[in-house]
Amino acid sequence: MSGERTLWGLLAEFTTPDRLVVACRGVRDAGYARWDAHTPFPVHGLDAAMGVRRSPVGWFVLGLGLAGAAGGMLLQWWVSTTAYPLVISGKPLFSWPAFVPIMFECGVLGGATGAVLGFLLLSRLPRPFHPLFASERFERVSDDRFFISIEAADPRFDRQATEALLGRLGAEHVEPVETGGGAAGARARGER
Amino acid sequence: MAVAEIDPRTLDIDPAVTDIDPVEGRPTLVAGAPGFAGVTEAVSRAVEWKPPRGWYVVFAISLAALGTLGVAVAWLFWEGVGIWGNNIPVGWGFPIVNFVFWVGIGHAGTLISAVLFLLRQRWRTSINRAAEAMTIFAVMCALVFPTIHVGRPWLVYWMLPVPNQMAMWPQFRSPLMWDVFAVSIYGTVSLLFWYLGLIPDLATLRDRAKTRVRRLAYGLFAVGWRGSHRQWMHYEKAYLLLAGLATPLVLSVHSVVSFDFATSQLPGWHTTIFPPYFVAGAIFSGVAMVVTLMVVCRVAFKLTHLITLLHFDRMAKLMLLTGTLVGYAYATEFFIAWYSGNPFERFAFINRALGPYAWAYWIMVTCNVVVPQLFWFKKLRTSIPLLFVASLLINLGMWFERFVIVVTSLHRDFLPSSWGLYAPTAWDVLTLIGSFGLFFTMFCLFVRFLPMVAMSEVKGVLPEARVNH
Repeated sequence: MSGERTLWGLLAEFTTPDRLVVACRGVRDAGYARWDAHTPFPVHGLDAAMGVRRSPVGWFVLGLGLAGAAGGMLLQWWVSTTAYPLVISGKPLFSWPAFVPIMFECGVLGGATGAVLGFLLLSRLPRPFHPLFASERFERVSDDRFFISIEAADPRFDRQATEALLGRLGAEHVEPVETGGGAAGARARGER
Repeated sequence: MAVAEIDPRTLDIDPAVTDIDPVEGRPTLVAGAPGFAGVTEAVSRAVEWKPPRGWYVVFAISLAALGTLGVAVAWLFWEGVGIWGNNIPVGWGFPIVNFVFWVGIGHAGTLISAVLFLLRQRWRTSINRAAEAMTIFAVMCALVFPTIHVGRPWLVYWMLPVPNQMAMWPQFRSPLMWDVFAVSIYGTVSLLFWYLGLIPDLATLRDRAKTRVRRLAYGLFAVGWRGSHRQWMHYEKAYLLLAGLATPLVLSVHSVVSFDFATSQLPGWHTTIFPPYFVAGAIFSGVAMVVTLMVVCRVAFKLTHLITLLHFDRMAKLMLLTGTLVGYAYATEFFIAWYSGNPFERFAFINRALGPYAWAYWIMVTCNVVVPQLFWFKKLRTSIPLLFVASLLINLGMWFERFVIVVTSLHRDFLPSSWGLYAPTAWDVLTLIGSFGLFFTMFCLFVRFLPMVAMSEVKGVLPEARVNH
């Protein structure tokens, strides 16, 4: 891996969210598939401009939430009827209305865990090393600049044509991003 | 290394100048038009530069108070609950008052984060990070008290449903068990929500870090965030759903806390008004605490253009609303006690207003009902000194509300031969002070090492963030 540098893709920098959205439409219409936009905050309208589908995080929340609630009720049912039955204020052993608060709380815990887990899994995070971190200008993605990255692995990628397209779409700066090699890896690991 | 080309002197912007947003025609949420880079710079430098001298003073005092907590708890474990003023009939004294006080404060953080998010109140973006941090630290303080107030703290694990060698399990129909689940799950969910919101800002600090230690530390918790829109989509969905889950959680947790009292038979406790009354009171005291903290932090860390008078105006309106609700609850309790014809219920309330603890009752009424009425007037809503003093008085009043509820109902209930009086001991007071030490120590560490304003969210509500096509 060391020494061998291949082109990972192109990184285009934009100064305003407006320009980014317009550019994204252009990249989407040109038929690219392996590309992404990078912003310091979520920009409205990028979903449609990029043509991406809605996030399925909700299914994680629903699934784990229901599982949590069911688990909470199951725990209480099992303890109160089998493991350690106690007659409290004359209530039946499976006094389910009295079990609702804990069941609800367990459901919320499951849902919240589902939200965070779903987000991490779908985003493929944690991922501390990424070729884009080798770019100095990319550090401004968490500050005040907006970027589009198009991967070389995309079937429509062509070094000259793609770079020209990004320039036409209003990019202030386009740079190649390389992967592998000692310098890029070292930079991504935080050694300057 | 890419650094925004900002002259730091221009960041000390006159907060009295609020720009009018040309598209919406309303004042901008952030004063002085700092732009995205200005927001990054203003919030990050609070973490990157040495803190103001005042921080060291507050931190030292907080650490001393935290030490007091350690000593008080150690002595408690050694000598037993007898060092406190708890007696019969007042079996629940300061510890439970303090527990409910701290849990209540925590709820406002979740309200500001989750409920105001669902209501699309974009002004929340300047204060939600600090408010959520306040929630987590308040829940930590709250959980100390039920843990230590049991007579045999080495058996505290009996409250948890874990298999043990005695084959014993907890009794889930008890509100005290509901509390265990509700408050600990509330703490966990609040932590998850706060952390999710922190990820993009931790990435900002990681990208600006000048030392390897900082880069690794922030980078570890930023989990490799790179602002990818495909990731932002999942992030936003998760954030929205967490907000949607946290809202009923806020309502249910303090309702469950109120059930500790409402499911008993005691006059003054056994009433269905408790859940909404407690929730309103919790938000009331929590917003007051946020105001107290933000008045100090915005000046100390030069964030007056991000946390503006507009934010205080909105928070004052929240305090007015919830304070009036609490006042209405007091009136309803009184009316129903009379209307019920129940002599015990009637006595309980007359005793509150005129009995041996009447002084506590009238402090409560003055601070909770009278003080927030000042906020009908805009001039008073936007007066920082008044807001600061009022927020302190409100929290004093809310502490006394829990004191009145717990102590006055317990000390004189059905049978006069059981009546008694309660007085806290020095150890009660020191433990309370110690809990403030824990809270402020954690908060000082938070403002020192983590961004106290949600940078990415504030950037998202700037006029420059609007997409016009």
